Amino acid sequence: MNRFEAEALDCRRGGRQVFKGLSFALSSGDALILTGPNGSGKSSLLRILAGLLPAAGGGLRWNDRPLAEDPDAHRGRLCYLGHLDAVKPALSVAENLAFWAGAGSGGANAGANAGSREAIGRALETVALTHLIDLPARFLSAGQKRRVNLARLALGPTDLWLLDEPATALDVETTGRLVETIDSHRLAGGMVVLSTHADLGLGTARNLDLGDYQAGTAAGAAGTAAA
Amino acid sequence: MNGFRAILVRDLRLALRQGMDSIMVVVFFVIAVVLFPLGVGPEPNILARMAPGVIWVAALLSVLLSLDRLFQADFEDGSLELMALGPAPLEIVVLAKVLAHWLVTGLPLIIAAPVLAVLMNMPADGFALLILALLLGTPALNLIGALGAGLILGARRGGVLLALLILPLFIPVLIFGVGAIEAAIGGFPARAPLLLLGALLAGALALCPWGTASGLRQALE
Repeated sequence: MNRFEAEALDCRRGGRQVFKGLSFALSSGDALILTGPNGSGKSSLLRILAGLLPAAGGGLRWNDRPLAEDPDAHRGRLCYLGHLDAVKPALSVAENLAFWAGAGSGGANAGANAGSREAIGRALETVALTHLIDLPARFLSAGQKRRVNLARLALGPTDLWLLDEPATALDVETTGRLVETIDSHRLAGGMVVLSTHADLGLGTARNLDLGDYQAGTAAGAAGTAAA
Repeated sequence: MNGFRAILVRDLRLALRQGMDSIMVVVFFVIAVVLFPLGVGPEPNILARMAPGVIWVAALLSVLLSLDRLFQADFEDGSLELMALGPAPLEIVVLAKVLAHWLVTGLPLIIAAPVLAVLMNMPADGFALLILALLLGTPALNLIGALGAGLILGARRGGVLLALLILPLFIPVLIFGVGAIEAAIGGFPARAPLLLLGALLAGALALCPWGTASGLRQALE
């Protein structure tokens, strides 16, 4: 049973306070859905949780140990999916995935043969893209690039998934598949933090409206009033 | 080590498929050197006297030309943040990328250099040392240049800024690189300048990945 806690996180971007005093606690099997207006800090929060961006205040703890003590171990237990696709157009779908299995986020536990064709085929099966395994990635559509990225989640087991608007550009069927993948990840004891504007229909997920944590803006005031 | 290999293989594969960067750098190197006989006239003695310096300065500028794209593409498409979160520490990522970059842009320079030395009428005594000095010097230039490329990442007009930041740091490599060749041509032992070039390379290898990695972390925030 793992526990991931954030305590009184502050985030400042370009001299502007984005959010302030944000706390939450997740245990194995939990999902946290970040909502809020554009610019309310959903992506920034995910980057803080991934360790890409230092928080201006507050702290993060994994199983009661501060993350700052061992950032390498934290990198090994998370899989981050940002809003950029990072798909190299000159490489084929399989080559892109093989690279991520060796050197990308979520690759730490991927094991020695995660870059093998069978492992990549299995990962592509989870997003129904097996037939495109040898296609150069420059011929992929935006939604297909997104799906190649989602296949990364299946490359190796990780405890914590950080997904930045994972359903962008996905069709209805793939969105359904994504929800199933997230559900089975949670059943296996994983945690998910994801940002979204659309309702994905995840069962028993908690909501965190970042609008409630904004200092001094009109949206923040409205969010607090509504809460 | 797994991550190191994955990045090296990927960067080499990308360079082979896209090809242009590597060819552009070596063509620039050749053209820059060829301009000198045209500019100062075909006087063999003057050309022979200038040859080591001209070849080294042209190599320096070619390295500089290729550097501003070193991290740019990976930064823009999000690959860099995935590598930063990957199993390999960012310092290792930097080393792998610099090694791949040297293999596709540095090695062709070293292969082209003796041909250009013939063109410049450089005495044959200096050829072996020219290659040896470039073998020690160009990786150091790449490592130092990566430091600049990491620092300017995300800045506008980065290319000009990179030249201003990095060219002064290239000066020691230039001095000892030319020194080694001239010592050999003049019949003196070239051991001292070569050892100093080696020391510069060892120093750059030890320090530059750390500096570059912190530059990249800054850019990723």
